[in-house]
Amino acid sequence: MVTRTAEPRTHYLNVSYGVMSWLLTLDHKRIALLYLISITLFFFLGGAFAVLIRLELLTPAGDLVESETYNKLFTMHGVIMVFFFLIPSIPAVLGNFLIPMMIGARDLAFPRLNLASWYIYTLGGLFTLVAAIFGGVDTGWTFYTPYSSIYSNTHVILTALGVFIVGFSSVLTGINFIVSIHKMRAPGLTWFRLPLFIWAHYATSLIFVLGTPVLAIAIVLVALERVFGFGIFDPALGGDPILFQHLFWFYSHPAVYIMILPAMGVVSEVIACFARKRVFGYKFVAFSSLAIAALGFLVWGHHMFVSGQSVFASLVFSFLSMLVAIPSAIKVFNWTATLYRGAIAHDAPMLYAFGFIGLFTIGGLTGIFLATTAVDVHVHDTYFIVAHFHYIMVGGAVMGYLGGLHFWWPKMTGRMYPEGWAKLGALLIFVGFNLTFFPQFLLGYLGMPRRYHFYPDEFQVLNVMSTAGASILGVGYLIPMVFFLWSLRYGSAAGANPWDAKGLEWQTPSPPPPHNFPETPVVKEEAYAYSSQEAERG
Amino acid sequence: MSLGFPLFPEQASTVAGRVDALYFFLVAISVFFAGLIFILVAYFAIKYRRRPGRKQADPVPDHVGLELAWTLIPLGIVMVSFIWGARLFVTLSRPPADALEIAVVARQWMWKFQHPTGQREINELHVPIGRPVKLTMASEDVIHSFFVPAFRVKMDVVPGRYTTAWFEASRTGEYHLFCAEYCGAQHSGMTGRVVVLELAQYQQWLRGRIVAEPPEVVGERLFAQLGCNACHHPDRPQLAPFLEGVYGTQRLLVTGETVIADEAYLRQSILDPAAAVTAGYAPIMPSYRGRVTEEELSQLIAYIKSLEKIQTTRSP
Repeated sequence: MVTRTAEPRTHYLNVSYGVMSWLLTLDHKRIALLYLISITLFFFLGGAFAVLIRLELLTPAGDLVESETYNKLFTMHGVIMVFFFLIPSIPAVLGNFLIPMMIGARDLAFPRLNLASWYIYTLGGLFTLVAAIFGGVDTGWTFYTPYSSIYSNTHVILTALGVFIVGFSSVLTGINFIVSIHKMRAPGLTWFRLPLFIWAHYATSLIFVLGTPVLAIAIVLVALERVFGFGIFDPALGGDPILFQHLFWFYSHPAVYIMILPAMGVVSEVIACFARKRVFGYKFVAFSSLAIAALGFLVWGHHMFVSGQSVFASLVFSFLSMLVAIPSAIKVFNWTATLYRGAIAHDAPMLYAFGFIGLFTIGGLTGIFLATTAVDVHVHDTYFIVAHFHYIMVGGAVMGYLGGLHFWWPKMTGRMYPEGWAKLGALLIFVGFNLTFFPQFLLGYLGMPRRYHFYPDEFQVLNVMSTAGASILGVGYLIPMVFFLWSLRYGSAAGANPWDAKGLEWQTPSPPPPHNFPETPVVKEEAYAYSSQEAERG
Repeated sequence: MSLGFPLFPEQASTVAGRVDALYFFLVAISVFFAGLIFILVAYFAIKYRRRPGRKQADPVPDHVGLELAWTLIPLGIVMVSFIWGARLFVTLSRPPADALEIAVVARQWMWKFQHPTGQREINELHVPIGRPVKLTMASEDVIHSFFVPAFRVKMDVVPGRYTTAWFEASRTGEYHLFCAEYCGAQHSGMTGRVVVLELAQYQQWLRGRIVAEPPEVVGERLFAQLGCNACHHPDRPQLAPFLEGVYGTQRLLVTGETVIADEAYLRQSILDPAAAVTAGYAPIMPSYRGRVTEEELSQLIAYIKSLEKIQTTRSP
């Protein structure tokens, strides 16, 4: 692909050729690209399911597909987007590519584990794809028992096995990042000189390592009940269905922070670069990542306010959920303050960062509604929830991912993307996203339950708006897909540092040489030391 | 496509207005903070845009005071929301003592209701206005969730246990009843309506329904058929506690713990008798799990509860 680059320089893309040089690579940069290709496939597959969901919901009657099919569509959409796109997206692609370069290392601490994690991811993905091809699964991505363990007659085990397997790739990635960040920082790169992207990924890795095993346990228990009839969750067998919800959300609520923390890391990098300023309140932003990771483990019961959980437990979880809102607020305020008296360029990555701040703010504020017990009783399991978590996961995490992809694309490929098209894509995604999901807040408060194949007529207008927005959103996502591919051949050469950005990853050529740096860099300044630099780019 | 489409749900219960007040408080907070952030970001992005003559940012030092301000002020606000929500949530969780008690059994994919006087309904629930209604809910299969948006009431219906919810309708009319917890193929069809009537109309409606028998009468017959009265009988106090007046009382268990003999305890004692044995008795009772349906269980409990009524009328 980038073989025609003008310089005859050796870099990670042209150092060797052939399929095996990719499938057996130990280079974190190549593994990042393997992940990029895999998760892009899953993103468009999950997106295809979303298209069918939105088309079905255009009319109140269930007239496009059968109810059984519809239930499989939203389940596969959720399973694929959560476990095979959102959770790995930024860590496995951008984190894999950038963490060694940002810390001045030649690779991650365990390159073979890194490659193994991609194979494990692929294996898990294959199980899920096979389940989809054989007829899919209809439990919802949450696999609630006893429906999943006893009553569903779809491919629960096959899908759950896929999710179980892919979890190990998260654990391996997490271990790799933690060890690398501790042990492989360049001389002079102290903790408080690290880019905030690194802090965010460190916090994310802690969740990977501590949370994922609990999901694995929950899945194994579902399988034991479903296959062998062990009474764990089904009360008819002496089990407790609520136990599953505790285990599931103990992982799956922190998993939301797995999705959003890395995006926050991206936004910190992008805002600092395009405002040409150090991130305001660096230490507060850094520690808020750790606070989110820690508090995130203590709030799972806010998914269970109407489950029959005790009133006292609900109040404790409500209180703790309020606390986890604070570190997120701290980040948003600090990013905003970073813009103050900056020298702000409006390139596409920055537009995505602006979009992230706006959409994440709405997602975060509506999270307070859900942490407030009495309001959650009404909106729980309605479209209000659907809107809220899409604002966080799509408005937040996907905007962050796309912003980061634009920002580091020149570094990864050595080519620039077309700026005009990129801005158009960012605009369409922002507009389409809001038109898709804002009406869902109204639908939810009106009382439309989620996971409904057909619905009362009075909900139709808002659903039509949502489907219209989804059409714009879909086009918005296709545009970067096309121009990124286009840029591989036709994009102008990027040079080492097209954004004139700080950070060690920009101090090596694009695409980087196989071992990143000709010699180990020595760090003498804090992150984002833009004010000490002569601005060269107007 | 209907044109006059609603943007806000009807308020048809005594708590609806209170939930909405809290909701609007949160909407106001959200509009304020989101507006503040949007305006600042847009203002800074334009005012400090990079242009000839402005290629460098002005250095701005960190400010601990600001950090504290935007930590503590949001903390105060979310604590207000927590406390306000918690107080209302406790109200939502405690049914008034004088509530009309309706037994709810959910299953794939229907709602079954039984009124205290024996009338049964499916996917429709008639209730009087201005009277608290307590729902004691059981599921025969998977988890369902009782949701009436106009009442702002939702509660999961969980197999293997009772959950309760309550509401007091404040406006007559017909309102959506939804199952809010995904429960399988026909989840979106597991809907119905709640019909709120004036008290006189409600009583007329009750009279117009064919009543087979009140639940406690069926329960009494089941009590004999299942042989419960072989041990739970005043002549055999050494075998099992006689159940007259037992409902609502505090029970001392063999473990030394005490429990209130409510619906949940009676349910457990029928299905899993060894779990909580009354002090002074041997764990000899067999389990009736699988031998009684959810509806029979609720009829048995109605009978045991009716025994209490007899006792209280007898006592001076």
